[in-house]
Amino acid sequence: MEVGQMQRRLVDYTKTLFMEGFLDAQFLQLQQLQDESNPDFVVEVVSLFFDDSEKLLNDLSMALDQPNVDFKKVDAHVHQLKGSSSSIGAQRVKNACIAFRNFCEEQNIDATLRCLQQVKHEYYLVKNKLETLLRLEQQIVAAGGSIPTIEMGF
Amino acid sequence: MSDEDIVNNNLTALVVDDSPMIRKLHEMHLKKFGLKVQVAENGKNAVDLFRCGASFNLILMDKEMPIMDGAEATKELRIMGVTSMIVGVTSLDSIFERQAFMEAGLDHCFTKPLTSENIIFLLQELNNKNNEEN
Repeated sequence: MEVGQMQRRLVDYTKTLFMEGFLDAQFLQLQQLQDESNPDFVVEVVSLFFDDSEKLLNDLSMALDQPNVDFKKVDAHVHQLKGSSSSIGAQRVKNACIAFRNFCEEQNIDATLRCLQQVKHEYYLVKNKLETLLRLEQQIVAAGGSIPTIEMGF
Repeated sequence: MSDEDIVNNNLTALVVDDSPMIRKLHEMHLKKFGLKVQVAENGKNAVDLFRCGASFNLILMDKEMPIMDGAEATKELRIMGVTSMIVGVTSLDSIFERQAFMEAGLDHCFTKPLTSENIIFLLQELNNKNNEEN
C-alpha cells in the first residue's frame, strides 16, 4: 500500500472514532503538541494513560470487592480516571466515569458494580482503537510519509 | 501581545501532579509556548523545591495528590512568601470544593483538561504581572 492510501485510511479511521464518540477535541490538541523534536509524544502519553487506567481499574475492582465498601475511596479512583480520560480525549470513558460518580454518591453497590463493568468495557474499546490508530501512524512514518493533520470541520 | 512575544519569554513553570501522564501533557503544553518547565509529583515535593531556593513564575497545581494535596501546598507556599502565579488545575466539579481551593491562595483555577486557550490566557496574565512589577 502506498503512502497516500495509508494516509487516507488513517484520516478516515480517525474521523470515525470522532463520530462514534470515542475521541473528542482534546485528542486533537494532544496530536498538535507532537512535532519533529518530540516525534513519540502521542505514543508516550497514550502509554502512560494505559498504565494509569489499568492500575485504577484494578484498584476499583478491589475497592468494590470489600465487605464494607469505602465509597469515598471508590469515588477518588473514579475521579482520577475521569481526569486522565478527559485529558487525553477518551470521551466515552470520561462519560462512563461521570455516571459512575453519581452512583458512588448514592452509595449504590449494585449500580456501581455495573458502572465498573461499563467503564472497563469503554476503556478496552478505546484502548483497542488507539492502538490501531497508532499502528497506522507508525506504518506511514516507516514508509517515509508524514502523519496528516485532521481538521475538525467535518 | 504578538505571537513572538508569547513564545520568546523567559518564563519558568512548575507542574505539580501525581499522574505521570498529566505531568507529561501539561509540561509539553507549556514547553510549546516557550516556558522552561520542571515537574513535581506531589505538594510536598513542590514546597521542598521552593525551600531549596528554586523559584518559578508559574505553578500549575493539581488538587488531589498524596502526602500533601494542592490546597495545603498552596497555603504553605503563600505562608513562605511565594508570590509566583499559582493556578489550580483540577477535575473537581463542585463549586464549593473549587472555592475552597481558590481560598488556599490560588490566582486562578481551571478545570481539567487544560487547553491551549488556558495557557495563552495565563501568559497574558503573567506578562501583565511582570509589567506591573517593573
